[in-house]
Amino acid sequence: MNGFWETLLTLGDKLTAHIVLSASAIGFGILVALPLAVWAARSQSVARVALGFASLVQTIPALALLALFFPVLLSLRAVFGEDLPTLGFLPALLALALYALLPILRNAVTAQANLDPGVLEAADGVGMTGWQKLTLVEAPLSAPFIMAGIRTASVWTIGAATLSTTIGQPSLGDPIFAGLQTQNWALVLAGCFASAGLALVVDALLGLIERGLARRSKWQWGGGMAAVALGLALALVPQFKADDENTIIIGSKQFSESYILAQLIGQQLEKNGFDVEYRTGLGSAVLHGAVSNSSVDISVDYTGTVWTNELKRDDNPGREAMFEEIVRWEAEETGTLVLGRLGFENAYAFAMRRDTAAELGVTSLEDLVPVAPTLVVGGDPEFFERPEWISVREAYGMRFKETRNFSPTFMFNALQAREADAISAYSSDGRLAADTYILLEDPKEALPSYDAMLMVSPRLSENEAALDALRPLVGAIDVDAMRAANYSVDRTDDGKMSPEDAARALAAQIGL
Amino acid sequence: MTSQTLLHFDAAQRRYDAPASQGGEVVAVGGVTCEIAKGSFVALVGASGSGKSTLLKMVNTLVAPSGGRVLFGGEDVTTLKPSSLRRRVGYVFQGIGLFPHMRVGENIAIGPRLAGEKLPDRRVAELLTLVELDPDMAARMPDELSGGQRQRVGVARALAGDPELLLMDEPFGALDPGTRDALGERVRELHEELGLTTVMVTHDMAEALLLADRVLVMDAGHLVADETPRSLLAGKGGEVAQSLVAVPRDQAEKLAAMEESIAAKALSKGAAS
Repeated sequence: MNGFWETLLTLGDKLTAHIVLSASAIGFGILVALPLAVWAARSQSVARVALGFASLVQTIPALALLALFFPVLLSLRAVFGEDLPTLGFLPALLALALYALLPILRNAVTAQANLDPGVLEAADGVGMTGWQKLTLVEAPLSAPFIMAGIRTASVWTIGAATLSTTIGQPSLGDPIFAGLQTQNWALVLAGCFASAGLALVVDALLGLIERGLARRSKWQWGGGMAAVALGLALALVPQFKADDENTIIIGSKQFSESYILAQLIGQQLEKNGFDVEYRTGLGSAVLHGAVSNSSVDISVDYTGTVWTNELKRDDNPGREAMFEEIVRWEAEETGTLVLGRLGFENAYAFAMRRDTAAELGVTSLEDLVPVAPTLVVGGDPEFFERPEWISVREAYGMRFKETRNFSPTFMFNALQAREADAISAYSSDGRLAADTYILLEDPKEALPSYDAMLMVSPRLSENEAALDALRPLVGAIDVDAMRAANYSVDRTDDGKMSPEDAARALAAQIGL
Repeated sequence: MTSQTLLHFDAAQRRYDAPASQGGEVVAVGGVTCEIAKGSFVALVGASGSGKSTLLKMVNTLVAPSGGRVLFGGEDVTTLKPSSLRRRVGYVFQGIGLFPHMRVGENIAIGPRLAGEKLPDRRVAELLTLVELDPDMAARMPDELSGGQRQRVGVARALAGDPELLLMDEPFGALDPGTRDALGERVRELHEELGLTTVMVTHDMAEALLLADRVLVMDAGHLVADETPRSLLAGKGGEVAQSLVAVPRDQAEKLAAMEESIAAKALSKGAAS
């Protein structure tokens, strides 16, 4: 585990952001759950509805709940105006707070239901008002149970907060997602270690408070509270650094190429005197929306992706026409500026072993047609359902002997081991950098193009200096350069690089 | 109503809605009328479900009357603010209900604290002494005390606000017989010393006869007898009251008979040897 400890030490920013997010979500959850619990303890129907709702929320996977807040907040802009953030802290806070609701609410309601009726009668009997009864008797007697609920909620929230990376909120999920995509296990482990460590520490401190409340030991719960408050204060300090309006935010999706290109863009802007920040590991649709509403300033997107997902088109007008139509559509519909194409495609393609292809005399899909009935084709589990496959089949009249599914990671191993004679691949895949494989040409343009495009948010599109700094990237990266960079990040031997270093090497290679 | 009347039940009723199969309505208290004079020690006796507890709780509005009125010092209790009414009325009940998260001293001082006053430590010590507990116990937590000690604290708490009226709902029901008699006697003494007006609910006629100077007997929600202990023992008060008096009397007679036969045997043994 090379670099695990070094990596861990660089996670300070992510850790503090993670703490602030989790604490805010739990705090917000408490703020909602406790009054609701008091109400629920006095009304059966409120209890049923509140607990039912909280349980329902709990059945939604955390990742989906986080993603759901993007469209929800987007539609709320009609009410709260265009300044309402749809990505980052706010949706993460709301989703995690909802998630924290159930354990707090359930424990608080149960605690109140189990209070000794004799004690409650005494509270009435000595002349307490409803409020006095709540604050002097019900709250202190329920406190240890409520604390146990808060403790459960905290551990859940700290774990689930790693997923907020996908909606553009920095957290300890950043190294986990980045590491998973670039097969940098030290990064993954460091992220998991930090998040699990945080959960354990918080659990221990809240446990101390819980026991202190149960034993009525002021030292114990007071000490626990003080430690929690101190940790929170320390995490809050760095959050108050001036949030610079001029900082350019660069987004990336969840794969190596996207991480490398984000770094490349960031380094290019920094070289020209701009401050940059990264929002890495975002979902594809989320990132597109984020650029449209300027919560992210720059991203790299692909023509085929935007064509299908955003323009909702399923025809294939050809490479140039598709790009031009997207540039026009973005300008009119979202205000996003498509600054240009980077020069390579990350498209669906078919790969074969170089020796097999030479043996069969195959260099294009057309050559493959006569021999296909004797060959096995491999694809990732969804490939044979995708329009790309159907389009190839129909355009060339392609019939293979057999189709087999492999997970994307093992696709090339299958080819290497001759489990498959041809596989579906991505044209900029780092593994194609080696001489072992070739990509088949597509003379009939049956496969839609996936040109990498530089997308600039409406906000940044007015910044001429930034656009000038970015223009050298347009048309600068050919597919071999991109494959080499991808390979340097994806490889697992000693030559492995971080996306940052790979971006530096790429910049040097293309002469930036 | 005379000037000496502190508490006046005026056709006081409490009915509960019930399923139609049970007659559609349950009458817990069905129109009780009686006056309780200042300074008296009244026992409210009856079988389980006779409505005696409900009648008592209508005084401090833990149970709201569904008909008739309950007047406390001439005022309808439902027109008073519950919290201020309850601070003028000491309340001791079988569940004791000490606040487990408060020290004994804090439990005793709770009533005045609610009214915004701080009960001086000296007064807490005095109240503990009144119920025959060590003043040092003020610093203990309730779960460190025995059942009898806890109920003594319960009585001290009820007396802390210098109440005009002391209500007791089966106060000694959960205590062992020795503790129960001792505490009963102490409460009776305090009643005299502090010039209290006391209403005590009990199902134990012997306790009522020994402590109270007036016994009200309830049956199925109605008052069926209102007698002094003396006249009850003399056979007055009707069938229900007499059936309740018969229980301790029979026990006492059986015990007396056993003692006699033991004495007779001892005597005959002595004679034989």
